[in-house]
Amino acid sequence: MTTTTADHLLARVRDLLAAHPPAGTDRTAFLRARFDAGLAWVHYPEGLGGLGAPRSLQAVVDAELEAAGAPDNDPRRIGIGLGMAAPTILAYGTDEQKRRFLRPLWVGEEVWCQLFSEPGAGSDLAALGTRAVRESGSGDWIVDGQKVWTSSAHTARWAILIARTDPGLPKHRGITYFLCDMHAPGVEVRPLRQITGEAEFNEVFLTGVRIPDSHRLGAVGEGWAVARTTLMNERVSIGGMRIPREGGMIAPVAAAWRDRPELRTHALHQRLLELWVEAEVARLTGERLRQQLVAGQPGPEGSGMKLTFARLNQEISGLEVELLAEEGLLYDDWTMRRPDGVDFTGREAGYRYLRAKGNSIEGGTSEILLNIVAERVLGLPPEPRDDKDLAWKDLSR
Amino acid sequence: MTTAAAPTDLLYSQAEEELRSAVRALLADRCDAKGVLDRAETGRPHDPALWHTLAARIGAAGLLVPEKLGGQGASHREAAVVLEELGRAVAPVPYLTSSVLATEILLGCDTAEAAPLLRELASGSTVCVPAVPLTLAPGAPLPAPVQDFGGGVLTGTVTSVADAVAADVLLVLADTGLYAVPATAVRLTPRIPLDLTRPLATITLEAAAGTRLADAGTARAAIAGALLSGAGLLASEQLGLAEWCLTETVGHVRGRHQFNRPVGSFQALKHRLARLWLDVASARAAARAAADALAAEAPDAPLTVAVAQAYCSGVAVRAAEECVQLHGGIGMTWEHPAHLYLKRAKADSLALGTAGHHRGLVADFAELPAP
Ligand SMILES: Cc1cc2nc3c(=O)[nH]c(=O)nc-3n(C[C@H](O)[C@H](O)[C@H](O)COP(=O)(O)OP(=O)(O)OC[C@H]3O[C@@H](n4cnc5c(N)ncnc54)[C@H](O)[C@@H]3O)c2cc1C
Repeated sequence: MTTTTADHLLARVRDLLAAHPPAGTDRTAFLRARFDAGLAWVHYPEGLGGLGAPRSLQAVVDAELEAAGAPDNDPRRIGIGLGMAAPTILAYGTDEQKRRFLRPLWVGEEVWCQLFSEPGAGSDLAALGTRAVRESGSGDWIVDGQKVWTSSAHTARWAILIARTDPGLPKHRGITYFLCDMHAPGVEVRPLRQITGEAEFNEVFLTGVRIPDSHRLGAVGEGWAVARTTLMNERVSIGGMRIPREGGMIAPVAAAWRDRPELRTHALHQRLLELWVEAEVARLTGERLRQQLVAGQPGPEGSGMKLTFARLNQEISGLEVELLAEEGLLYDDWTMRRPDGVDFTGREAGYRYLRAKGNSIEGGTSEILLNIVAERVLGLPPEPRDDKDLAWKDLSR
Repeated sequence: MTTAAAPTDLLYSQAEEELRSAVRALLADRCDAKGVLDRAETGRPHDPALWHTLAARIGAAGLLVPEKLGGQGASHREAAVVLEELGRAVAPVPYLTSSVLATEILLGCDTAEAAPLLRELASGSTVCVPAVPLTLAPGAPLPAPVQDFGGGVLTGTVTSVADAVAADVLLVLADTGLYAVPATAVRLTPRIPLDLTRPLATITLEAAAGTRLADAGTARAAIAGALLSGAGLLASEQLGLAEWCLTETVGHVRGRHQFNRPVGSFQALKHRLARLWLDVASARAAARAAADALAAEAPDAPLTVAVAQAYCSGVAVRAAEECVQLHGGIGMTWEHPAHLYLKRAKADSLALGTAGHHRGLVADFAELPAP
């Protein structure tokens, strides 16, 4: 395919808008048409929602469609599918799997969740114990185990799942990666109420769940390599959001500072300014990273952005609660709710403070990410490991 | 919030990378830590031969000067790259004072009288430093001017003038305007500086004769503009310095063994260094944004500069402090260059406004007033 230019893409956007005027078109129908026009994620291959164009050109398409009032696919609600399932299916899926799953995933007709963490395997994910055993006649896999902290399991139609298929091998080698139907018999989702009072995540019990071999992703026993693709994309998608100056978590604090002079103290002023500066520097660092990507010279800064945002979100939201003084003693709503996704701005300061605590745990803890930066970016020696060559079944737990 | 963020180019161009290579190669060859230390102990840390090559042969002194005045007609982006490399080497050259601050003052005066001096600065044949305290910050009131008792005969004292020992000419702000005063016409009392690589002196003028370059109003505006550029570009020096400290420390902890393993394999140190790396990567974005905003004369340049100074000062000091600590006893020795970096970093954090001063400026620009 010849290289796709911005002009070429804009012409396609105009064709799409002409054939499906956003005002008179059903939302789902429009999104399907957009996918079929290759304007969903332009760097994906033709026929799979893309045109094999440079990834940087996506912004051009998005801006044009937004200006035309086109509906979006609510990326916040389907973040796991977009950020994690899709790139993994693209990298490891069969043609059949790509054709079956990518379109409804992108359109948002099918929400995805990630069945990775288990009560006994979080940071040490490869220690997981959920079993998948192959049935001799049918070739189907029968899965038993328990997953935990599974975001969106209650809205999800499909899951990416890793399970142990050979307990006799060392932990990284006996894992296989599956696409799991969340409506299959034996999948039970129980809300897990969290620190904020709501239940964004869940426990998921898998009891004799049948997964056809055609829903296996990658080779048997190669699941860890597949999972690493997912995890890498998870971290990139968490740190990679573009925000304007004074966007993000600093916005409500700065607004409260301006609007309510009676709350101001000198001590809080100093902290507010420090955090304002750090938020601006984080924005610039993200911007520099994007410019590097566009210029085709990706830098290692991406590995650090999630760490920075986790720390800043926590410090800024903590300051906000203090700034609000007596109001900071209050909370907006402890009702147990089942939200579609995280909404930092739709709730009040106490919620932001509590929810931000998850930013340094979800998607890899800050401690694990610091290890990764130290080892992969700075070249410091790896953590000592005595579990590398032990069979999984012989590990201590 | 009234200031929208101007579009910025935070990367380095090909030409900037070539300039970096030239400066880095020169410094690797002619500005090793031992040489810097030996000269610093003599009280005359500057190396005139190194300066000549950097300023004249590489053309670094004239980067900010337009071609029609004999300069390179480049911008703050290129000058920032030079300062990164000078910071990385704690190079004792009067670049910040002569090629940035004095040059920007003269450019800001934009008078016929200033032009010949600018040509000399751009060629590197004359070192000219502003007779202001190194701590003078953008946005702060200028100090009381030196007195002119008629016809440019100047009397007064200025403290903490950086690089004065290397200067041929001083730019003196008098009540009647800006004057170029030959270094030979003033009394110069060297002080013992914390930062051995950027010497300080008290300047005393006793009926010293100077050449008037601009009236007092023009001079004050020019100095204010130069302080803004200086502060913005100092962030790049701080970035280069922090980078050296990080790289050197990572190298050391990888090689140093205690408890039968490299000390860099201990997680407590890995995490500290990973955090420092993150700070340095962020400092790079902040420093580049400042250099780019100055080069583009962006409306939000004063805010971007204040952000860079409020951030990069702390990163440089932290990097140098970590460098000393993680080198253990070696880091406390006079032989190891870590102390040169710590002293420069700490002095830089006072130069051209402290982080606290710059946060105060951020408060003004971002409309986050004090109680
Ligand atoms: C809001 C939220 C949403 C989530 N959503 C999902 C989801 O959708 N799907 C999913 O599969 N999982 C999800 N998770 C789980 C998340 O990925 C894990 O919680 C995380 O990886 C940490 O594992 P853990 O909780 O078992 O903590 P542990 O691994 O037990 O860690 C406990 C503490 O020890 C530290 N620690 C562990 N190992 C090391 C080490 N080697 N060096 C230094 N410190 C270490 C950790 O940093 C942490 O501070 C979610 C978690 C949260 C909070």
